[in-house]
Amino acid sequence: MTRLWSWGALLIGIAFFLMPLYGMTEFSLKMRRGEYSFDAYATVLADPRFQATFGYSVLMAVLTILCGVLLVVPTAFWVRLKLPGLRPWVEFITLLPLVIPSIVVVFGYIRLYNTSSWLPLTGSVTGTNILLMFGYTVLALPYMYRAVDTGLRTIDVATLTEAAQSLGAGWVTILARVILPNVLGAVLSGAFLTFAIVIGEFTMAALLDRPAFGPYMQLLGANRAYEPAALAVIAFAITWACMGLIQLVTRFSKHNRVAR
Amino acid sequence: MAFLDLSHLEKAFGAMRVVKDFNLGIDKGEFVSFLGPSGCGKTTVLRMVAGFERPDSGAITVDGKDITGLKPNQRSIGMVFQAYALFPNLTVAENVGFGLKVAGVAKAEAAERVAEMLALIGLPDLGARYPFQLSGGQQQRVALARALAPRPQVLLLDEPLSALDAKIRVSLRTEIREIQQRLGITTIFVTHDQEEALSISDRIVVMNGGIAEQTGRPLEIYNRPRTRFVANFVGTLGMLEGVLEDPATGRVSLAEDEVTLGRAIERPAGAAITLALRPEALHLGGGRGDIVLPARVTEVHFLGSVIRIRVETGGTSLSLDTFNRPETPPPPLGSQTEVSIAASDVIVLDDA
Repeated sequence: MTRLWSWGALLIGIAFFLMPLYGMTEFSLKMRRGEYSFDAYATVLADPRFQATFGYSVLMAVLTILCGVLLVVPTAFWVRLKLPGLRPWVEFITLLPLVIPSIVVVFGYIRLYNTSSWLPLTGSVTGTNILLMFGYTVLALPYMYRAVDTGLRTIDVATLTEAAQSLGAGWVTILARVILPNVLGAVLSGAFLTFAIVIGEFTMAALLDRPAFGPYMQLLGANRAYEPAALAVIAFAITWACMGLIQLVTRFSKHNRVAR
Repeated sequence: MAFLDLSHLEKAFGAMRVVKDFNLGIDKGEFVSFLGPSGCGKTTVLRMVAGFERPDSGAITVDGKDITGLKPNQRSIGMVFQAYALFPNLTVAENVGFGLKVAGVAKAEAAERVAEMLALIGLPDLGARYPFQLSGGQQQRVALARALAPRPQVLLLDEPLSALDAKIRVSLRTEIREIQQRLGITTIFVTHDQEEALSISDRIVVMNGGIAEQTGRPLEIYNRPRTRFVANFVGTLGMLEGVLEDPATGRVSLAEDEVTLGRAIERPAGAAITLALRPEALHLGGGRGDIVLPARVTEVHFLGSVIRIRVETGGTSLSLDTFNRPETPPPPLGSQTEVSIAASDVIVLDDA
């Protein structure tokens, strides 16, 4: 009897997630009247704005990931090693982006870094791009920090650091050759989550007026019928490909193939 | 001046003074053990030598050079940790070569040195393995090779055998000692296991409460413990409390008996005094020593080649060991007998 209930709950859950997805996919294939076709996909993929905005967002995602890794790995490492008392505070700070809407953050940025401020980042395209990258880094912080911190928990940070120090290694060597490779799986899962966030982000890109993928999706959704559905399916495919990559990469790291 | 010199080291964590005025000189090539219970400060002293803790005051010099202010990675001191601490992402060969790579040693030379080190620890074929593919004993040997590869001036071993099972522990400690003697490297070994310390050290520092209670060769520490703590911590000891009657002849009155040690004791007459006795110095029956005490057998433990017997004399319980001989069975429980001791085997403890 209990088994029946659990199967029922599972099926309802699956239906809850899959039915809208099925409906959307089915709709996206119906552009040609009376038959299924990939016309909507062809239109979307052929649109130069799709390629431009998608390329821009991918580049921003990569830069955001680099910035996030460089910010979070040393911070999480240092907090674990030297300032364990500060951990709750750092965790709290990294959680703030979940509580503060990104529209508030981006308005804060515009106020702080506008053309009449001491650091007029919004005055140039490069400056605005940098500002957007930092904004994305903040949005991804909760996921990145937690992923890296969990990764650090699985290794004996203090002893490995001391071992490396006694062998003559400085902080940069320790981070690059001992800590980072051992939390690479965690860093990558954080990186893919960051990727997914940046690809779909709308608010910051729109308010900073950058040609990102999020605003393009919104624009298309407001003006076309079938193409937005096709775009959504593409976005899902990208997200799932990211998830798959996480699995793949963790399986490829040789040194922890067998759990100890 | 000694090769490695620790002078007046002090360290406190908050209000806790964990190391108090610690002084020690270690000669080049010497193997010194820090022996003591947990919390005695032995690991803290080791970590100060490694540079992981900064002494509140005092100085550490190696080969005449003051290293007190240097960072751990500037000290040329190799360290082996209790938890192995091998880098899980690197192979055995890469682990051993880590220090060489950091030091910028040329690739060919480093590879040669790594092969030499792996041969030294008896694992020449395991260079391509990852740490998780090795047993605990193998991992610790790799850790030793890794610490030795950059040719450090001093080797520190922080309870390296504690995580291993008993059999490996004994064989590995012999191996560590052999490698240390072959390379002639100055070594500090931290342990809480007295047998380990006694079996492989040139000298032992017995530590308690942040101070060095006694420093000496293993035989000295065992046979002539100076304080009650050392006597208790190293080996088993029976203790007889008494009052010194005659300092010149060493006449001491115990609870019910009186013994004469036949040597002068530098204490005033009437001073309280503690006599300590190793189980192997006591003999069952009279006539095998200058001192004979009446005793009652309270416990008999058959341990194989050795029989450990507890007897009670004058209200004090003493342990004595005899070898098992099939023709002389151990005395029955509760029987009245005598124990004899050679006066020269009686240890007079400094702190009464």
